[in-house]
Amino acid sequence: MSQTTLQASAQGFLARYAGLKSRFPGDNAQRAAGADAFARHGLPGPREEAWRYTALRPLAETAFHEPVILLSDTSAQLTALALPDLPRLVFIDGRFSAPLSRLPDGISITTGAPAFGHIADNGEKLVALNTMLAEDGAAIDIAPGIDAGTILLVSLGADAHGHPVSFHPRHAIRLGQGARLTLAEINSGTGVYFNNPVITAEIAEDATLVHLREQREAPGAFHLSTVFAKVAARGTYDSFSLALGGRLARVQVHAHLAGENAMAHLNAAQLLGATQHSDFTTTVRHDAPSTASRQTVKNVLTGHAKGVFQGKIEVARIAQKTDGYQMNQTLLLSRDAEIDSKPQLEIYADDVKCSHGCTVGELDADQLFYLRSRGVPEADARNILIRAFLSEALDPIAHDAMRDHMESAIAAWWDKAPTP
Amino acid sequence: MLEINALRAGITDKEILKGIDLIVPTGEVHAIMGPNGSGKSTLSYILSGRDGYDVTGGTAMFDGHDLLEMDPEERAAAGLFLAFQYPVELPGVNNANFLRTALNAQRRARGEEELDAVKFLKLARAEIKRLSMADDMLKRNVNVGFSGGEKKRNEVLQMAILRPKLAILDETDSGLDIDALKIVADGVNALRSPDFSALVITHYQRLLDYIVPDRVHVLAGGRIIRSGGPELAHELEANGYAAVVAEAA
Repeated sequence: MSQTTLQASAQGFLARYAGLKSRFPGDNAQRAAGADAFARHGLPGPREEAWRYTALRPLAETAFHEPVILLSDTSAQLTALALPDLPRLVFIDGRFSAPLSRLPDGISITTGAPAFGHIADNGEKLVALNTMLAEDGAAIDIAPGIDAGTILLVSLGADAHGHPVSFHPRHAIRLGQGARLTLAEINSGTGVYFNNPVITAEIAEDATLVHLREQREAPGAFHLSTVFAKVAARGTYDSFSLALGGRLARVQVHAHLAGENAMAHLNAAQLLGATQHSDFTTTVRHDAPSTASRQTVKNVLTGHAKGVFQGKIEVARIAQKTDGYQMNQTLLLSRDAEIDSKPQLEIYADDVKCSHGCTVGELDADQLFYLRSRGVPEADARNILIRAFLSEALDPIAHDAMRDHMESAIAAWWDKAPTP
Repeated sequence: MLEINALRAGITDKEILKGIDLIVPTGEVHAIMGPNGSGKSTLSYILSGRDGYDVTGGTAMFDGHDLLEMDPEERAAAGLFLAFQYPVELPGVNNANFLRTALNAQRRARGEEELDAVKFLKLARAEIKRLSMADDMLKRNVNVGFSGGEKKRNEVLQMAILRPKLAILDETDSGLDIDALKIVADGVNALRSPDFSALVITHYQRLLDYIVPDRVHVLAGGRIIRSGGPELAHELEANGYAAVVAEAA
């Protein structure tokens, strides 16, 4: 890919920053540092190992504008999502919408400025871009010992009267010792836009953050998100990412297991059709003894879709008794679909249990015939087998309302996807 | 019920069935016996509609339908059931859901009312009890981790719940100990009625001690070379296939 396309695109984002910097809310020292990093490094390109399988060219070829204040009625879009009846924070084009939101009682939530959080980023170019242009976000603080239930974090994207827009929300979640929260994200929208959220999650001792993510962006949308989760002793970051929307998408999750017996689940399912491209990239850093990570990543690809999974497990010398597991399985429903899968293990401790596996296959003809021979029509039989394939990733979701919501999103995806 | 006429079929470049003629009247149980490689399993797959076989001649009519023109699911809804020689494992598919989905798909195709979960479970539990099966069979994934005997019993359970007009049992006795064999046979015998027919495909006469057939056919080299009463099975057991095949040649 032409480096100049990427550079030109980066210049566009920098020009927007130059024009708006005096008007941005929040910590402008941090923002300036982000802008400085972005000015020096630009967008990630294909020469970087971490970006070999996901080319940002289609993104770089699109000129993105600042979101305008939408006059159109977005509440219809919200209704169409059939959200579970739970407290919610709604962001339109990356800006908090008080009228569409319903705040939970007794929980500290701040909006109106980016929530940069306290986790040092790792030099990610996409994070620098976010830091430079972030306008808004939610800072959610759960006090020690509190079970905060479930909060929905909804992002609705829309182009500005036909012009592509980009937005860069920045959220920070902090869980005090022994606290619990389920954060359920739903990303959706219409038209061409670029959603570039960054979420930091600090999880104290014995705290649990369940992070459920439903990415069902508009077919023309770009979604590049990054999560940093830092987990203290006996804490848990339990995440599941469903990707079925967007034209070009990448979800990056960096989990840092910083205290003994900390645990991370980074499960995902990607269902892609047509010419969709979606990438799930994870890094798990085992930085303390007896930490555990589990990753079950399932891809269902049809049409000319391309899926990517990159999973890196780093085990520091101190992290003895680490238990790391990673499994990536792909169901290819068409000859033209493609999966790139890259596991990476870097282990510096000598007493660890780490395993990874990868399978790629088609729907099993014997299984299909078995179901049909019992009277199940072919399309239903395929659905049953695809759902069964996803079950290892979906079934562990303990949140019934969100699991049901995701199941309906999957059913709707399948109804729209071209039969191979 | 089932009327097969001069059926010829095979896989690419290889004819396996070389003109099968067979009639199974309503209410009768027929056995097909034959040596390995005679085409027994091919016949069961072609009748149930599995992909990968070319039918090159002949007809197969089932209850007034041209079987060979129908999709597997249409054949099932019309009342045909194949008990698999090697039942397929479906990881991630719950057995109870599988059975209810299958039953309701057939009922829907026939324009009948679907069963709700409560009615279905009542039916399934009754059949499970009758077949001396463990209750947890319904909770497990279809055939996953089942022993050979459990898989075959699960086939019989499906048959008992789906209530076909014609059941084809493809070497259901293979890999079964005598107790499991009796349970399977009891399951089939319980369905015997003037409206139920069965085609029992087997290599050994043993199963036919428990499911006593009305007629026995010998399949060899892709043709039915001899037909007779239940005593034919005993003759095969005593003298072996070679003698019968030689006599027919």
